[in-house]
Amino acid sequence: MLAAFDWHVIWQRLFHPDHVFFRAMYTTVYIAVIAQLIGVLLGLVAALMRSARLWPFRFLSGVYVLIFRGTPLLVQIFFIYYGANLMLGFTLVPNSLNLGLFRLDGAIVAGILALGINEGAYMREIIRAGIDSIDRGQMEAAKSLGMRFGLAMRRIVLPQAARVIVPPLGNEFNNMLKTTSLVFTIGVYEMFSDAEIHYSNTFLPEYFVAVAFWYLVLTGIWGFIQAGIERRLTASERGDELTLRERLAAAWAPAGAFVRR
Amino acid sequence: MNDSGVGSTEPPESGGTGFAGAGAGIVMSAVDVHKRFGRLEVLKGVSLDVERRETVCVIGASGSGKTTFIRCINHLEKIDAGRITVNGRLIGYRESNGKLREDSERSIAQQRTQIGMVFQRFNLFPHKTALQNVTEAPVRVLGVSRGEAQEMALALLARVGLRDKCDTYPGKLSGGQQQRVAIARALAMKPALMLFDEPTSALDPEVTGEVLSVMEELAHDGMTMIVVTHEMGFAKVAADRVVMMDGGTIIEEGTPEHFFEAPTHERTKQFLSKIL
Repeated sequence: MLAAFDWHVIWQRLFHPDHVFFRAMYTTVYIAVIAQLIGVLLGLVAALMRSARLWPFRFLSGVYVLIFRGTPLLVQIFFIYYGANLMLGFTLVPNSLNLGLFRLDGAIVAGILALGINEGAYMREIIRAGIDSIDRGQMEAAKSLGMRFGLAMRRIVLPQAARVIVPPLGNEFNNMLKTTSLVFTIGVYEMFSDAEIHYSNTFLPEYFVAVAFWYLVLTGIWGFIQAGIERRLTASERGDELTLRERLAAAWAPAGAFVRR
Repeated sequence: MNDSGVGSTEPPESGGTGFAGAGAGIVMSAVDVHKRFGRLEVLKGVSLDVERRETVCVIGASGSGKTTFIRCINHLEKIDAGRITVNGRLIGYRESNGKLREDSERSIAQQRTQIGMVFQRFNLFPHKTALQNVTEAPVRVLGVSRGEAQEMALALLARVGLRDKCDTYPGKLSGGQQQRVAIARALAMKPALMLFDEPTSALDPEVTGEVLSVMEELAHDGMTMIVVTHEMGFAKVAADRVVMMDGGTIIEEGTPEHFFEAPTHERTKQFLSKIL
């Protein structure tokens, strides 16, 4: 079997990727990053709505999670790309989106939206668990000092909840990097589409092996970044063992995540 | 939500700026406060006036409602009937057409700025240093400049004997030290009234003394304080008045001397004989 394996293709794809491939990889990365950001934001909003005083908010938050966690992501992607505009009667997903530096075509916008909205449903649970893990006394202490809910959340509860939220959030992003491959089904040219097109031209499954390797590279790099962030979070917990220089580095330099302690 | 019928003992006041009827000397006034958790009635009509510079100790067995009562004073608990005012301003509720409705979040937060609270379990912010714990609210809530807030915070930390611990995180402080930082944190808001909810109950016996002596000093410096406590020694030296709660009502009140020499109520005698 392996005798039939075309090592040359693998070699070419791994060590001499063309610029078309790099564009595709870039697309994969920014879809994942933007979708994850949307997911975190929606998850945060939904988590806060879940504990709102007014029941319609709580209800909405519940329905959101029920629907987007309970139906296939692929169906959601197709629905948002093909169906949302028609059904809503207005343009949720434009044909193309101009963001100055960035011009996103409609399929990418739909893909990002679908991935982000879906992710939000999962993030709500993660963020909720993080918020719930913080002692009620923290919110009470903040309130007793005259802080309003939003300020207390932002300054007191969420920074502490982050320690609980970040590790699963990292896993979610790892997942997201790979799940982006689903948007090939609506014609977005990302890493998997690139492999798929080469395959349909040559019928050489080596292209899939090669692209799998590249996904591994992306998730591997992310794994390092995640470890750095988590190390930094536990370090700030031990706070007073740090020197001032380290603390400044941690506070100001994004690169602080990579400072070895 | 709120039955305003009992509120008529005090003249309604306009706007909540000035001091209402009972006189400028009164900082906190609770009138016939009722509170229930589900079917359990925890407060069955508690009335208490606390004057400026006065220290009132609230004692009573657990379940008597003393902690719930003190938490109602800064509206950490809603009340079902009655009214509570601090500096003449209704706490937690707004009066319109003779009815009390819960006030907006913004205005409740504003009311709380003048009421300091110290909790049984400290509730310091673990992700902030002692200094940051103290400066956080003055900077973020009152809009005090960072430099000014730090200067004041250092002075307060010095006052509770922890100037040298200003850059330490709560996790590295002993219980007694944490509670003293918590007192400094509450004082940083320059409150008109300080509430202490069993401030030494979670502490090792060896360190209760350092917290109590800080509180004693505060009392002598003329802070208006309501202290829920089991520390009769503290009540003896620092309290102007002791209030005994039982079954959701105040059953006896008087000077510390009265309590320790000649309590009248049978329940008080029982309670004191157990803890003294």
